[in-house]
Amino acid sequence: MNGLLSTLILVPWLGALVLALTPRLSPRASRVLALLFSLSTLALALVAWAGFDPAAAGYQFTEQHAWIRIPQVAAITCHLGLDGLSLVLVLLTGLVAPACLLASWRIERDPRLFNLLFLFLQGAALGVFLALDFFPWFICWELSLVPAFFLIKLWGGPGASRAAYQFVVYTIGGSAFMLLAFAALFAAAGTFDFVALAALAHSGALAASMSGPALTLIFLGVLLGLAVKVPLFPFHTWLPSAYAEAPTGASMFLTGIMSKMGVYGFLRILWPLFPVQLHAAAPVLLGLALGGVVLGAFAAMAQTDLKRMVAYSSVNHLSYCLLALFAVSYAGAGHPDAAGAALGGTVLQMFNHGLSASALFFCIGCLELRSGGRRGLGDFGGVRTVAPVFAGLCGIALFSSLGLPGLNGFVGEFLIFRGVFGLDPGAAAVGCLGLFATAYFLLTFWQRVFHGPPGPGVAGFRDLGAREILTLAPAVALMFVLGVWPQLLMGLINPLVTAWAAHLP
Amino acid sequence: MNLLPYTIYLSFAGALLSLVAGRRSAAAARGVALLTAVACWGITLYAAYGFTPSNQMIQLVDVTWISQLGIHYHLAADGISLTLVVLTGLAATAGILFSWNIAERTGEFFAFYLALIGGVYGVFLSADAFLFFVFYEIAIVPKYFLIANWGSTNRLYGAMKLALYSFAGSALVLAGLLWIYAAGHASGFSLWELAQAAAGLSHPQQVVIFAFLFTGFAVLAGMFPFHTWAPTGHVAAPTGASMLLAGVVMKLGAYGCLRVALPLVPAGLEFWQPVIAWLALAGILYAGLVALVQDDFKFVIGYSSVSHMGFVLLGLALANPAAMAGTVLQMFSHGVIAGLLFAVVGRMVYERTHTRQLAELTRLPLHRLMPFAAVVFVLAGLASMGMPGFSGFPAELTILVGAWQVSKVWALAAALGVLIAAAFTLRAIQVAFFGQAGAAAPAAGPVHLYAPITWPERTGAILLLAATLLVGLRPDLLLNWIIPSLQSPMMQAVWIGGTR
Repeated sequence: MNGLLSTLILVPWLGALVLALTPRLSPRASRVLALLFSLSTLALALVAWAGFDPAAAGYQFTEQHAWIRIPQVAAITCHLGLDGLSLVLVLLTGLVAPACLLASWRIERDPRLFNLLFLFLQGAALGVFLALDFFPWFICWELSLVPAFFLIKLWGGPGASRAAYQFVVYTIGGSAFMLLAFAALFAAAGTFDFVALAALAHSGALAASMSGPALTLIFLGVLLGLAVKVPLFPFHTWLPSAYAEAPTGASMFLTGIMSKMGVYGFLRILWPLFPVQLHAAAPVLLGLALGGVVLGAFAAMAQTDLKRMVAYSSVNHLSYCLLALFAVSYAGAGHPDAAGAALGGTVLQMFNHGLSASALFFCIGCLELRSGGRRGLGDFGGVRTVAPVFAGLCGIALFSSLGLPGLNGFVGEFLIFRGVFGLDPGAAAVGCLGLFATAYFLLTFWQRVFHGPPGPGVAGFRDLGAREILTLAPAVALMFVLGVWPQLLMGLINPLVTAWAAHLP
Repeated sequence: MNLLPYTIYLSFAGALLSLVAGRRSAAAARGVALLTAVACWGITLYAAYGFTPSNQMIQLVDVTWISQLGIHYHLAADGISLTLVVLTGLAATAGILFSWNIAERTGEFFAFYLALIGGVYGVFLSADAFLFFVFYEIAIVPKYFLIANWGSTNRLYGAMKLALYSFAGSALVLAGLLWIYAAGHASGFSLWELAQAAAGLSHPQQVVIFAFLFTGFAVLAGMFPFHTWAPTGHVAAPTGASMLLAGVVMKLGAYGCLRVALPLVPAGLEFWQPVIAWLALAGILYAGLVALVQDDFKFVIGYSSVSHMGFVLLGLALANPAAMAGTVLQMFSHGVIAGLLFAVVGRMVYERTHTRQLAELTRLPLHRLMPFAAVVFVLAGLASMGMPGFSGFPAELTILVGAWQVSKVWALAAALGVLIAAAFTLRAIQVAFFGQAGAAAPAAGPVHLYAPITWPERTGAILLLAATLLVGLRPDLLLNWIIPSLQSPMMQAVWIGGTR
């Protein structure tokens, strides 16, 4: 199984290269080719799953390739590794990415370039989930912005230029300080390796090598970089317009995968490297996460544009992940059960949100396609009678997002609230407000679009075609499967979560 | 290694030859120029191939020149000079490829061009301060003629301003050198002899001498507030000359600081460090903000050069090996990237559209009319933004590592500079090339409106892009040459603040 992880990253990039070198490819051929390259991730992720030992602690399938060697100064390696968290996210990428390409099947303007950029983005996202050294990790982290920028800008809506610019400048603004933070860590520790840095932090050597305020500054730099990416309230202002202006396939990937990159960074970098600082900052961060939960949901309630509504609901859903994370850090050691539940719920919520939010963006894309670009809350109505299959699948995605028991969204949110109640009941109580608001606006979505008298956008509405069903069905099927059998994923992350909870300061 | 001096001789010989060949035909002059530049580049690469990094300078030539004053024709090289001569070879070759369309007095153009290159090689290889100064001056004169004769917008003004600033800087340098020589009773002009002489001077004298030397050189490196020649000069210059100007001539100033000002009077650096660092940061931030609001595409790139050279100057001021290694890397990186940016703006875009106004360019669907130029500019822009994977990233990262060790505030301000660079570069990409993009814009339109990109342009762009990617992914290739050189006895004195 040598080289599995590098293959995972390189195959989509190879696909991008193939598309770049074949300018005369027909649109159809480029779509099929891109889909095949994209599906490789799913196949390889399943191979990794089959060979993955859930009971083992630490990283598996590790690879370490010599890269930059400067005697006595630095030895940077291309260090890759996979644990339960990475595996869950790689699986998610394998599921969401092909769906995005299927959702973009109808793109007429330069489909080859679209697919090329998309495959590049997919490889970069996988690199973020698999790299264990800052150098390759940051290459993928930053380079993922480039295809995302062009996907939004060139294929997006009328306000796309501004949205894309805002998105990239905000994110790079965060990353610049994260870069500085890692430069400072390198100055102190002489390594960029996440595993080595975590070991130094765990043994206290990192804190001993510099002053307390310096370490706090470094922590803030990394925090800023990650908070913009997730985004954590109040760094979310780039998100609604970027998600709303992006073409459907890109919106799906942005919300499904790229927002997970930020949460992943919290778990992979901030959590092991700065446990003390995180604990100290937790009261403030907890407040911000609650702000995201509550205000995100209320803002979504106020939207009349469906895409912006789902975009704000993403702020709300991702804030649950951060809420759990910060609550665990805030409570500190001594609550292994609650902490384990909250952290397990976080990972599950990441996966669930990836499925349901990308499915919802796809459904809105279907609405837009059939109504000539309309996506207002009041433009539709009665879609259930003209397109029952669509209504059924979209309804399941909506209810999964809402957290209906029996579907996957419930399990993640339940675990998060089960954990947070044990750790900080007040925060959990406030967070419930967000749950109610979410239920309200998602039900409004359901009612106004699928029930009632037909609106202007429903004339000549066709039900889903085979390709569209194929795009949506796997995600919907998984919503059921995970709703009744969450152990499927929980089994992968339980040992990891237990280890995390045991290492609290 | 022993062949390195021939880069100087070959360049000057090539200059004469292209002047002669230019009387026959323009094509002959071009051929001579390209062959000369490639041969010199080949020599530098061959030298690099056989180079073993060490903390000693490799002596190349040492002949007594003016014995009464102890002046030698003394050439030597270490990892730092090697990095910069390789850059010079690359930038010269690419610059000639992008000057392929010069039709007016082609022979003279390339003669000046190669003379400039010869002077630059000379500066990077000199180990005698007087010789260094001579080559430094030789490089200024052709620059003036290149801009004044073949330039565009406001060329006489730009050329004159550049020449005056350069000469004023040189005057300061000369004064500083003579001061050390006379007051310190130096036995000669070699850098080692001058350093010894300077060490015997009183501290106040050293502080003033350092100010002379550093300011004199930093003018050419584009240090705020003496940077104003740079944008106007870059804009006025013909493309090939802009590429050289930003690519290597600005490096002459930085190299002068590194090789002459710092090691000769390290005590002065200790005194002036905060001033230099804040001026460098002011340059990074101010020039970046100015670039953000320019209407002329070439001015955006001109100011971005000043902003990036701010990182070089910051690294010089920090006086620690990590930052200095980053500085040399940034010199290389900026040389390549600025060359690329000017090539796209000056040659590919301006000479086809005949406008550099962003407001007009944004009305053209340039990404479809010249996709190659758009792709090159996007990649060069990413490199310029400090995207990881390109050469600017390891350079800025290394400088930040060094900056953090000296001052957290400077490091934070520099990080802010990275953000501003991203903002103005993205704006330029967005406005200039993708103004008429997006689903709302009309899809069809005339496609072959402009002359296609020629093979010299493609070759030059690909060479430069390959260099920035190679160094971005394997910065150790260069850092392993540079870092041992920073441990030389002369540089050691800089790290310990002149107490030897």
